[in-house]
Amino acid sequence: MEITHQEFKRCDLFKLIGRIDSATAPQFAKALEKAVGSGKYKLVLDMSELEYMSSAGFRALLAAQRAAKKYNRGEVTLASMPDRIHEAFDLAGFTELFKIFDDPLQAVGHF
Amino acid sequence: MQTLRLPARFDYLDEIREFVGNIARQNGFDGKDVYNIQLAADEAASNIIEHAYKDRTDGEIQISCGLEAERFTVVLVDYGKSFNPSHAPLPNLSADLAKRRIGGLGIFLIYKLMDEVYYQSNPDKSNTLTLVKRRA
Repeated sequence: MEITHQEFKRCDLFKLIGRIDSATAPQFAKALEKAVGSGKYKLVLDMSELEYMSSAGFRALLAAQRAAKKYNRGEVTLASMPDRIHEAFDLAGFTELFKIFDDPLQAVGHF
Repeated sequence: MQTLRLPARFDYLDEIREFVGNIARQNGFDGKDVYNIQLAADEAASNIIEHAYKDRTDGEIQISCGLEAERFTVVLVDYGKSFNPSHAPLPNLSADLAKRRIGGLGIFLIYKLMDEVYYQSNPDKSNTLTLVKRRA
């Protein structure tokens, strides 16, 4: 798994590349914690090049969403979620906890 | 049935997904089913590594899979602590963000993704988890 970061005026865009499972989720969780810990509360996660995400990744997203939304200071939004990942996300009941956009720029524009 | 034996470590999950994915594809499952079978096998193996072999690094997972009578079957065997997944508490999917529980999600997904799930603790101290996806 790889994560690239791009700073925008009103939010931060992270592109997730590859696979997030129990092996790589700690690295993903750490990147999100680091962002929120350094005062970046408005996050867009571009999933267009994400091939796979297990519940370990979902848990990291949930923790990040809780931290980002604290005191209404921001939120984690998702963009370009591949169908297969979206289906599992739906089954897990996570869809209602995140705003999901068709493309990253739409998500960036939301902030 | 083809069988693979691997160290019970998260860095072997890639190999487990590849193994079950290739066999599912060879048996005519489409991309969506292949992904879901891979996800279920990953969640099952992750649970074994995290819970059955908690505090141990010498564990082993034996994974077998193949098609039998139109049923794609994945069998995972471990020699760790027994844990019947049907006894796991279900995540509360209607809870809001603050109250949403983080545990139990993997097992919940396994039941959603597969058609049948069986668990057995054996006399030789091994545990067998069987996952079945019926071919449509």
